[in-house]
Amino acid sequence: MALDRDDVRKIAFLARIKVPDAELAPLADELNGIIGWVEQLSEVDTDGVEPMTSVTEMTLKSRDDAVSDAGYPDRVVRNAPDRAGDFYAVPKVVE
Amino acid sequence: MTYLIQGDTGDWEVVIGLEVHAQVSSEAKLFSGSPTAFGAEPNTQVSLVDAAMPGMLPVINKFCVEQAVKTGLGLQAAINLHSVFERKNYFYADLPQGYQISQYQHPIVGEGTVILDMPDGTSREIGIERLHMEQDAGKSMHDQDPKRSFIDLNRAGVCLMEIVSKPDLRSPEEAGVFVRKLRSILRYLGTCDGNMEQGSMRADVNVSVRHPGETEYRTRAEIKNVNSVRFIMQAIEVEAARQVETWEAGDEVVQETRLFDPDRAETRSMRAKEFAHDYRYFPDPDLLPVDLDQAFVDGIAAALPELPDAKKERFIADFGLSAYDAGVLVADRETAAFFENVAEGRDAKQAANWLTTNLFGALNAAGKDIAESPVSAAQLGELLDLMADATISGRIAKDVFEEMFETSKDPGAIVEEKGLKQITDTGAIEAAVDQVINDNPGQADEVRGGNDKAIGWFVGQVMKATQGKANPQMVNQLLRDKLKG
Amino acid sequence: MAKLNDLTLAEARDGLAAGDFSAVELAEDCIAAMEAARDLNLFITETPEIARERAAQSDARRAAGGAHGAMDGIPIAVKDLFCTEGVLTTAASHILDGFHPPYESTVSQNLIDAGAVMLGKTNLDEFAMGSANMTSYYGPVKNPWVGAAGEDLVPGGSSGGSVAAVAANVCPGSTGTDTGGSIRQPASLCGVVGLKPTYGRCSRWGIVAFASSLDQAGPFARTVRDSAIMLKAMAGHDPKDSTSAPVEVPDFEAAITGDVKGLRVGIPKEYTLDGMPAEIQALWDRGAEWLKQQGAEIVPVSLPHTKYALPAYYIVAPAEASSNLARYDGVRYGLRVDGDSLDEMYENTRGAGFGAEVRRRVMIGTYVLSAGYYDAYYVKAQQVRTKILNEFKQTFADVDVLLTPTAPNAAFPIGAKMDDPVAMYLNDIFTVPANMAGLPGISVPAGLDADGLPLGLQIVAKPFDEETMFRAADALERAAEFTAKPKYLGGQGG
Repeated sequence: MALDRDDVRKIAFLARIKVPDAELAPLADELNGIIGWVEQLSEVDTDGVEPMTSVTEMTLKSRDDAVSDAGYPDRVVRNAPDRAGDFYAVPKVVE
Repeated sequence: MTYLIQGDTGDWEVVIGLEVHAQVSSEAKLFSGSPTAFGAEPNTQVSLVDAAMPGMLPVINKFCVEQAVKTGLGLQAAINLHSVFERKNYFYADLPQGYQISQYQHPIVGEGTVILDMPDGTSREIGIERLHMEQDAGKSMHDQDPKRSFIDLNRAGVCLMEIVSKPDLRSPEEAGVFVRKLRSILRYLGTCDGNMEQGSMRADVNVSVRHPGETEYRTRAEIKNVNSVRFIMQAIEVEAARQVETWEAGDEVVQETRLFDPDRAETRSMRAKEFAHDYRYFPDPDLLPVDLDQAFVDGIAAALPELPDAKKERFIADFGLSAYDAGVLVADRETAAFFENVAEGRDAKQAANWLTTNLFGALNAAGKDIAESPVSAAQLGELLDLMADATISGRIAKDVFEEMFETSKDPGAIVEEKGLKQITDTGAIEAAVDQVINDNPGQADEVRGGNDKAIGWFVGQVMKATQGKANPQMVNQLLRDKLKG
Repeated sequence: MAKLNDLTLAEARDGLAAGDFSAVELAEDCIAAMEAARDLNLFITETPEIARERAAQSDARRAAGGAHGAMDGIPIAVKDLFCTEGVLTTAASHILDGFHPPYESTVSQNLIDAGAVMLGKTNLDEFAMGSANMTSYYGPVKNPWVGAAGEDLVPGGSSGGSVAAVAANVCPGSTGTDTGGSIRQPASLCGVVGLKPTYGRCSRWGIVAFASSLDQAGPFARTVRDSAIMLKAMAGHDPKDSTSAPVEVPDFEAAITGDVKGLRVGIPKEYTLDGMPAEIQALWDRGAEWLKQQGAEIVPVSLPHTKYALPAYYIVAPAEASSNLARYDGVRYGLRVDGDSLDEMYENTRGAGFGAEVRRRVMIGTYVLSAGYYDAYYVKAQQVRTKILNEFKQTFADVDVLLTPTAPNAAFPIGAKMDDPVAMYLNDIFTVPANMAGLPGISVPAGLDADGLPLGLQIVAKPFDEETMFRAADALERAAEFTAKPKYLGGQGG
């Protein structure tokens, strides 16, 4: 299936990447080129094959329930483009 | 009792499913070592992992996994030995990673059941669809600045259990009972403090309506983030009414997310772009699947406390309580423990009565809960003992209780101090009886003439004369002997 | 006298231990070489003050008799994908403008603890997405080797600055990351040794994530021995990374015994590509012959699903990347481009902050995960991945290592292959399978093409069997006797 401009606009919004209208069509072509190429996977018979969830043969490691971190708001917000005290600040969200 | 909405086109029933988010009572967050305590200064409970700094990675808190399993067992649910954390991708200011780590296709807990005891004495079985673990988001504040929202990530990454009911609930009342019952089970288990004011428990409410007899569900709306039992019930009521109105106006109910506004008692649509929701779930590649062994689950099951349903059965069987009283007493773990302490070795029915009427009444009036009760279980037990051995009468006991509730003093001390011991000396009572008969010859003749009801009046007079301390049975007997003997 | 920056890591180690020179002297020569090589655009951030300070500390430790081991006092360059405390970290992306991490990645911390001396943060493809170092916001890196007509060439990618710094003798070692070949392919194109260890050998904590299930850190160095020394310092279990393997780190250098007698070396026939330059096929054949002459046994093997590794990779890696890069949203760090609403701010920030290739991959990843396409693309790719892994497992039941070419071509001119993303992706055709299966792989410079440009051969080994990988790579290296040097050496170019 080939993507058109509207598909690309929709994907761009899902990914929150602004794409100027003029770039939608060329981008659709590029993406279609890549998608067309990966679709060769349909040649592979994968009936009954488990999709990989982990490349390593390990069991999930876990931590104890102990507080071992935090308490440094300055380190947390130091790099923020906009802040108010120790809060991050963003354009107002209307709910 | 069936809850039906009368519309112009006939009756409508309400179909409700709940997604309850219950915060796991853990010290640290699900995937980071930062604390979970409520009410801290902004961004002080945030680690670099919670703030989604580049290259930060999650490591799971094993206690949270245990609590989820424990809760699943408490809901009589299937525990999935293999479960998978996935990423739910969406952008929001209080979601620093740009995704929430949650469980989707393979939750840790499968189907279970919650039994509701309805106030009319009936019971309802509500299905649990699943329970999964996920991260909480941070908090946005919209009212601090005219142009900006402020973000505090203290809650971001706190472990939630999302408990999803089947669409088995049929009235606001059932939904309310369900949430209370669930909270009770969580508190018994100790896996969640159930504190709705602090957001430890909140619910998304799925509501649809249909005519009774329809076999398909109609389109539902989801009311997000309702944070009290009362609001849950109200939200269902107004949303169901809105949907009935919509259908009857010939319109369609649309599947959407709505917000409940308690001030206006209405729900309203959350503005959302057409294709805003495509969460693109996929297994989180920073984590491995959670694989538990059966022995781990069995170990948790073996250590499970007695839960409200089992306790209720036991109270009925062992103590001879009514189903209603037993239900009231087991609703809360502390109350049940309090009751058992009082009832131990005593008249259990009497203990139940004293708890449900006198103690609960006084606590209610004082705005306190059982943990804050000024009267301890031992003290209430002692009061019951004083009645049992006839040291005081039931009437005096009520006065003593009031004093206990006010001062937290032991009942024995109060009785001693105030000289409230019952008079059981026959001579003293006889003197009082004779006095009253002598003072009221007319009434005495009535009794002698066969008016038994008037005996009650005499008893009252004698009690009055003895400031209530005379043993009422003895007074009654003496009066009968003297007037009718 | 030769400059100290020309020394291999092992030579520098021995010289420091013998007291022939100090860590400060070694660092000064490397700093001078770094500055002289600025035309190659190797570094995004130079950190000479840090280098001098750490070198002085190293000398002090050594003087007090407490040197930390082989890496103590060794100057290295660090790919700017590793977060370094207080030092600008960009991932070569506009979107991380001004980001100074308040933390140090585990791997770079391990190197600090081992006494290594950081010269600076090296250029790379934006978010490590590229095979030519052409997608960096900070501009392309030039390969120290030049074309036959003197034209500037790409160093490969994504670890372009790190590989070129080692090739140009700016420093004896550097760190890279390898998601689909980003260490091994540039190593081949620049004539140095580069290796990706087993997935889980090095911690990913603090490395800007590209594709979590594929990313691994590894070293660049000029010899197999040097890379063994450096890997030991980088590797190790990290409780902060759930995918880091709780296994001991062996003494990799000790594994280089020079003995490959009886080693079973698989030659996968599917790695012969239509249209592959004859000299690459010839070099590969020669490599097999070298190992055979040293007593190894050459075993033809078949890995029929190899050809699907690359397309499967271009579903899995973008899918993970689309999610991993969601955190660059203009809220907590880096670039923000304002907008009237939160969504507009996101779109503006990410539209301006991401370059064309990153944008492409994020969008591909978003698409393959979206409703209705997830099963057809993402699940399918992960099933293919399972088949690839199983195929490797079966093959490794019979052989100890695999020998393949590292890349299908030598270094190409800056600007080439830019109009066709898929043509660029094909650079990683021989390296991607090891990432998809989590296997260790190393590229060893083995010869020159007709234009005098380096070509590498790759050894792929079993999981956590880097020791055998090093042993085979050393045998190749000794037989190849690769001594050619690039035009720009130590920053001096003709």
